[in-house]
Amino acid sequence: MSTTSGTASSPDARTRMTLRINGESVDILFDTYKTLLEVLREDLGLIGTKHGCELGECGACAVLVDSRPVLSCLLLAVECEGCDVRTVEGLSQGSALHPVQETFADLGAAQCGYCTPGMLMTASALLERNPDPTRAEIREALSGVLCRCTGYLQIFEAVEAAGRILRGESTVKPPEEGR
Amino acid sequence: MMRCPRFRYLSPKTLHEACASLQDSGPATMLLAGGTDLVPNMKRRQQTPECVVSLRNVASLREFSSDRDRLRVGAMTTLAGITARPEVRERLGALFKAAAQVATPHLRNMGTLGGNLCLDTRCNYYDQGYEWRKAIDFCMKKDGEICWVAPGSPRCWAVSSTDTAPALVALGAEVELASREGARTLPVHGLYRDDGIAYLTLKPGEILSRILIPVPAAGEKSTYWKLRRRGSFDFPVLSVAAWVLRNSRGTVESARLVLGSVASLPRVADAASRLVGGILADDEIEAVAQEAAGLAKPLDNTDFSLGWRKKAARHLISGALRELRGDDPRILGPLARRAAELVPVA
Amino acid sequence: MSPAQRQARFTVVGKPRRRVDARAKVTGQTRFADDLFLPRMLHCKLLRSPHPHARILRIDLRAAADPGVKLLLTGCDMPTPYGILPVSQDEHALCLERVRFVGDPVAAVVAVDEQTASEALDRIRIDYEPLATIASPREALETPEPKIQPYGDGNIHKKVALEFGDVDAAMASAESVFEDVFFYEGNTHLPIEQHAALAAVDPDGKLTVWSATQTPHYVHRALARVLGIPAAHIRVIATPNGGGFGGKSDPFNHEIVVAKAALLLGRPVKICLTREEVFYCHRGRHPVLMKLRTGVQADGRIVAMDLQTLLDGGAYGSYGVASTFYTGALQTVTYEVPRYRFRGCRAFTNKPPCGPKRGHGTPQPRFAQEVQLDKIAVALEKDPAELRKMQIAKPNSLTANFMRIGTIGLGECIDRVVEGSGWKDRRGKLPFGQGLGLACSSYLCGAGLPIYWNALPHSGVQLQLDRSGRVTAFCGATEIGQGSDDVLANLVAEVLGIDPFDLRLVTGDTDLGPVDLGSYSSRVTLMMGHAAIQAAERARDLIASAVSRRLGIPLERVVFAQRRVFDAEDPDKGVPFAEAVQIGEAQHGTLGTTGSYRPPESEAKYKGGGVGPSPAYSYSACVAEVRVHPETGWVEVERIWIAHDIGRALNPVLARGQVEGSVYMALGEALLEEMAYRRLPKHLSGALVHKYPSLLEYKSPTTLEMPDVVTYLVEQPDGAGPFGAKEVGQGPLLPVMPALANAVYDAVGIRVDEVPITPEKVLRAMADRKSRRFGPSDFPRIDWPEALRVAPPAEGGDGTAANEKPRRRKDDAIVAPDVAPTGLPPHPSTPEARRGVPSSSPASQPPEVLR
Repeated sequence: MSTTSGTASSPDARTRMTLRINGESVDILFDTYKTLLEVLREDLGLIGTKHGCELGECGACAVLVDSRPVLSCLLLAVECEGCDVRTVEGLSQGSALHPVQETFADLGAAQCGYCTPGMLMTASALLERNPDPTRAEIREALSGVLCRCTGYLQIFEAVEAAGRILRGESTVKPPEEGR
Repeated sequence: MMRCPRFRYLSPKTLHEACASLQDSGPATMLLAGGTDLVPNMKRRQQTPECVVSLRNVASLREFSSDRDRLRVGAMTTLAGITARPEVRERLGALFKAAAQVATPHLRNMGTLGGNLCLDTRCNYYDQGYEWRKAIDFCMKKDGEICWVAPGSPRCWAVSSTDTAPALVALGAEVELASREGARTLPVHGLYRDDGIAYLTLKPGEILSRILIPVPAAGEKSTYWKLRRRGSFDFPVLSVAAWVLRNSRGTVESARLVLGSVASLPRVADAASRLVGGILADDEIEAVAQEAAGLAKPLDNTDFSLGWRKKAARHLISGALRELRGDDPRILGPLARRAAELVPVA
Repeated sequence: MSPAQRQARFTVVGKPRRRVDARAKVTGQTRFADDLFLPRMLHCKLLRSPHPHARILRIDLRAAADPGVKLLLTGCDMPTPYGILPVSQDEHALCLERVRFVGDPVAAVVAVDEQTASEALDRIRIDYEPLATIASPREALETPEPKIQPYGDGNIHKKVALEFGDVDAAMASAESVFEDVFFYEGNTHLPIEQHAALAAVDPDGKLTVWSATQTPHYVHRALARVLGIPAAHIRVIATPNGGGFGGKSDPFNHEIVVAKAALLLGRPVKICLTREEVFYCHRGRHPVLMKLRTGVQADGRIVAMDLQTLLDGGAYGSYGVASTFYTGALQTVTYEVPRYRFRGCRAFTNKPPCGPKRGHGTPQPRFAQEVQLDKIAVALEKDPAELRKMQIAKPNSLTANFMRIGTIGLGECIDRVVEGSGWKDRRGKLPFGQGLGLACSSYLCGAGLPIYWNALPHSGVQLQLDRSGRVTAFCGATEIGQGSDDVLANLVAEVLGIDPFDLRLVTGDTDLGPVDLGSYSSRVTLMMGHAAIQAAERARDLIASAVSRRLGIPLERVVFAQRRVFDAEDPDKGVPFAEAVQIGEAQHGTLGTTGSYRPPESEAKYKGGGVGPSPAYSYSACVAEVRVHPETGWVEVERIWIAHDIGRALNPVLARGQVEGSVYMALGEALLEEMAYRRLPKHLSGALVHKYPSLLEYKSPTTLEMPDVVTYLVEQPDGAGPFGAKEVGQGPLLPVMPALANAVYDAVGIRVDEVPITPEKVLRAMADRKSRRFGPSDFPRIDWPEALRVAPPAEGGDGTAANEKPRRRKDDAIVAPDVAPTGLPPHPSTPEARRGVPSSSPASQPPEVLR
């Protein structure tokens, strides 16, 4: 990492560093005051990561840093050197969607789609550690992301369905009518 | 989007370097740990450091070790890192429940134990954007003259809102403070002052580096109850950390009760001493709960109404003590039920 | 194929499907407004008033100048007023000479980046002369001066009074009359996406504005009006909304400001509001105080209802006149109410303006009605479910206030939730602290009238088909997450026998699609749906005639299904869909069709009868199970059973999502959320501020608060809906709040006649041994105007008021000209202004602006 005035950057400094995002190393130059969220969206064009408050109060901006869900709005980008950052753009493999993307799409877990990237990243991290979570564990893991559209229940079902796919117990199932 | 104001950024590699950076960078320098408190405060212009000293790369602050007597936890250990430790989950109930209920899982992956202990005091007149604060002509804590919670007051009444401090005080923990001059150790309670503005006793240039927690003996048990509107996100509006040491016959040999979010610092309830010699019988618990609840003199600067918070204090204290006695938390009301169902996310 | 045959053999409609825009959403590729970045784009920030009410004396912009600052704007740069309703054109892009609430925008900075713009905002100096403030409707009633708005009666924006039949006589003859006062606190939409807009001048000099709006058509009109350029030179594109719920239905300051800035600078200008600013945009649920009197027979049958409402409108008109009428209009639609009197009053206060939130004006009186019915059931020792069932409104009937009802699935809704919840065995029989409560509701499927009077369709759909087999549907409808794009694809695909994913959709774009009035009033499925079906049927008929001729299949046997067009009696005889389009194109030339929809004329001819009529009404019933902790008053929701009469579920996955999402939002309103304000001690400060405009302190439920919900979709197709479909986006929210209040009563025997039901209130009601109640005690005396007297249909009424002056007929006009309310300066386009008629508003001194 370097800043325009060496180790002790001036208030106007920009920072140059290498960031590892979705498996790629990217050299970037950005305003030192920027958060990871701002650098992702404004300097890297990764607009899949959303924002709803920029104060850590909604979870829309959740991304994975070293496989853990964190809020990109509260993480200064300069703090991310050497970290592995994953965003929703890195969730699918080529055109093949991640199982949690498939089930969110099929089961109505995305309505307006705005909290969806944060939900997906959080859910994928949960399933990576625990492909067979209980409903209570899903509730807890997702309790840091607000959704105003769905009432969460279809999201829980989508995470459970994705777990079944990841465990090899099923392929994407057609949704059932009602409950 | 809300932006951080411009600042200088330093990222020392050792504790010694960090202490030097802190001392040499002028008074408008602040430490950055997990960022979950400082960054939003900067965006709202509540805290406007000219220089930010990041502790992220100071490896020694992430230690987690123990010997027979004490658990040594580096101040940069994340809250999620704390709750993931079996020795915390199994034996330090108060710390586990406190850390596991801070904010949200995401914020616990970022926020650190040291950062939570140093959490800025909170107030509904202070935790607002710059424009909002301008609309009330600011307040005593930042840029203004008056404490709007108590307009005649010469002091600031912002509330200590850390979850882990009451728990660590109840557990008899200590903190280690490093500076260029060396290190000193304080009981956790000694870290705080009853003042919403100068709420920490840290001296200029000092860094909270370690938390030292006594390894619990047989017969020790502790818990933490937190009152808040929602099961996630929210800061405590009132919290109770309780710790007892009982002998094999169930008689209480020692007890500590600490109330959080009722003042600018965690309040130790002396009433806990009345539990000593007893067996945590209903009447003993009720008497102590009634007396300790008197410490809760909330002001109208957090969520919920004043009168109700006072009433809730008694319920929280007696509930926590009943839980220590061995009552099934699921029958102790909705708050306990929630806490009993806590699922730590690794 | 006859419609009956078609409905019997749906291939798309009614099937649980992945929505057509799902992939974009789950890959993060949906482009919301703030996701748009254009070359040379500049950023805008608004300076908002720190005063709740003040005159602007002087604006000093000099210190804001900076190489990075490209433009500074104040109110005098855009002096033309606008507003969503023609009768309340009371807003300005930036305040002219007066600020009316903390957060009212006064100046704008356009700069190279947001940081530079924010820093420049801090350097703008404004001198204000503070004015006395109004914090509540009671204060507004008592304090006519200073007036917040130049129109209205003192600080009363609007009073309405309607009476359908002799209510006093009916009350006198009633076995008993129940009288209650209720209060419903205000709350807000809180979409997770903050409002954002981007404006750019096209290469040909025309203007394009992208915005997170639910109503691009109304934004389009406001822009043309304020900017003074032809509407045909302005293109508004509603980007997919990251949640709307009614909060993005007004034209907003920031949309006009960036448009003006882009025009002046010739560069793209974007703005994205902070969360705090979103709270200031508000337009959410009105706080409403209600006095409800209901006369009933001995068996509980309603003979008359008398409702008074007092709304806290905030500082501007917004949808307020409609909101006021909506606090009364739908009270007659759930149950038979033979006689009805409604009086409503909306006050101006120095707070962000209220407007339409999911359920617009109806949840408040519905709460009052359904809680009071529970009290009536208890008093008469009747099962609340039975009391309701015995007096459900009649299908295919006219209500006392002339709302035309079609199908009613409410009886089945009640049966489903009663059965599912074990109501009969469990209500009143659970241990102390646990309880069940039931409530019902009805809601409209699209407002019968547009916002401004006109004789045009409410929704239009255009289809274009080409020889590749590609079908593109164009419509002005706006995707706000509810799935309007999916409805469009669903219906066209159903008629043409193709897959919804085969379609390409162009929506929410005023340049490319026919007008749809917007995503509000639960109108899109019904109105756009009809337009879509009509356009698709016309395309199908063109293709069918050509295929019939070419392949020699009798016309009535031509079937469209499975991406083929074939003979119903010989399925092998047919062609793939693309080939069928080619056959059609060969015969008819380039294929394109249109469809449009306009609701049937309402039978409510009296003044004010424009609010409430709808082509159809949806019905819902809800049972809530709660656990109330007697020591703290804490309310936990164990489970919700909800049945919704949707007519027909076009895509059950989405329909269920709308029901559960409604339940979620309702639980937030019922238990947690409020738009609360704080006034500082008057001797120390004039401040009147939102208590905590943040996502942390505005308590939206998290995953941990959401209970299990059992959803029943009741399908009784309504002839007025597309393939029988009715709305589902708003109705299911309405019964939840009263069901919870009634459940709290069942659990601990107390009444909280207020929303939200907080632990404090529960405990205070429990502590009040005498009343066992928490809630407002009285309704203020209001000097009501004489009510318009309309005889109900059953008493021979024809929908007109006996004491109303004959109204000017608008039949000659296609689009009615805007009429400013008395007191407001006339709009430059009005005849009055052109004739130079002086404004009747008090002479206002524009502030001095130093540049």
